[in-house]
Amino acid sequence: MEAVAALEWATDGLLGLTLLWLGWRAVSTPELFRAVILFVAFSLFLALVWVRLAAPDVALAEAAIGAGLTGALLMSAVARLETLDKEQMDKEQIKQEEKTGPG
Amino acid sequence: MTSIRWLLLPLLTTVGVGLSLVILSLPENPPGLQNTVAQHLELSGVTNPVTAVLLNFRAYDTLLEMTVLLLAVIGVWSLDVSVKSDDREPGLVLEGLTRLLLPLLILVTAYLLWTGSHGPGGAFQAGAVLSAAGILLVLSGWQPTFDFHQTRLKWILTGGVSVFAAVGVAPLFDGRPFLQYPNEYAGELILLIESAATLAIGLTLTLLFIGTVSAGRKPS
Repeated sequence: MEAVAALEWATDGLLGLTLLWLGWRAVSTPELFRAVILFVAFSLFLALVWVRLAAPDVALAEAAIGAGLTGALLMSAVARLETLDKEQMDKEQIKQEEKTGPG
Repeated sequence: MTSIRWLLLPLLTTVGVGLSLVILSLPENPPGLQNTVAQHLELSGVTNPVTAVLLNFRAYDTLLEMTVLLLAVIGVWSLDVSVKSDDREPGLVLEGLTRLLLPLLILVTAYLLWTGSHGPGGAFQAGAVLSAAGILLVLSGWQPTFDFHQTRLKWILTGGVSVFAAVGVAPLFDGRPFLQYPNEYAGELILLIESAATLAIGLTLTLLFIGTVSAGRKPS
């Protein structure tokens, strides 16, 4: 029985530390795509934590909404941001060429 | 900027240490409201305490939550309603997996809806899985051919809140307070509300995704 208690402590500790580490990495990554992937991983680990806290309904909702819906929404937002950035850079390039063209 | 960082570090450490002390000093296994809910569980019509609290004892909160989802869809639609088409072909893996997963996801939705009355599950979980099915459809290249102003769409979207509000208002004609279901029909009424809510939530979340995806595409 001591082994089971120690295993439980180890699992819970590992889950908590992984959550903290994933959260920090998701916030501190310079690339947005990587941050979204880390956020989805964070959601999945959080669903496991909800199961450990004896809240299976919340775990189901977290897995479906956090990892599924919010992940997809954030991905499409990142794609949209990259398109907007590219459009911005294209516009600036056109402006530069217009300035240096006739000159 | 670096000076603010030196200020943030002790502040965050203090907050973290304070939170840890509070959590470690909590009593072991506080009962909370579990005993009260367990005592009145037969009156609620379901045997899952979470569903009983969400859809019977605190049904007003769930009604407002579904209204918030509806407002979110209206907000996204107010930005860009037209759907722009995308001519990319889905990859082989995505298409094959979608064909496999879609019927399974719909089955899981129905199961979660049914099992919510006696186990973990319920309307929000089932609606979220249904929206995952919808998102998978959109990602694998399905072009929504319907018009976003179509009446059927709006009926399903508002159906969740409408059925809930109707079931809540009906007891008023009997002289009972708002949202007080008659005890004999409480289980069936909860299932009715949850069915309408599952469809509404699934469609709402899928439309949120379609709205954000189509806003970023160029018109072809």
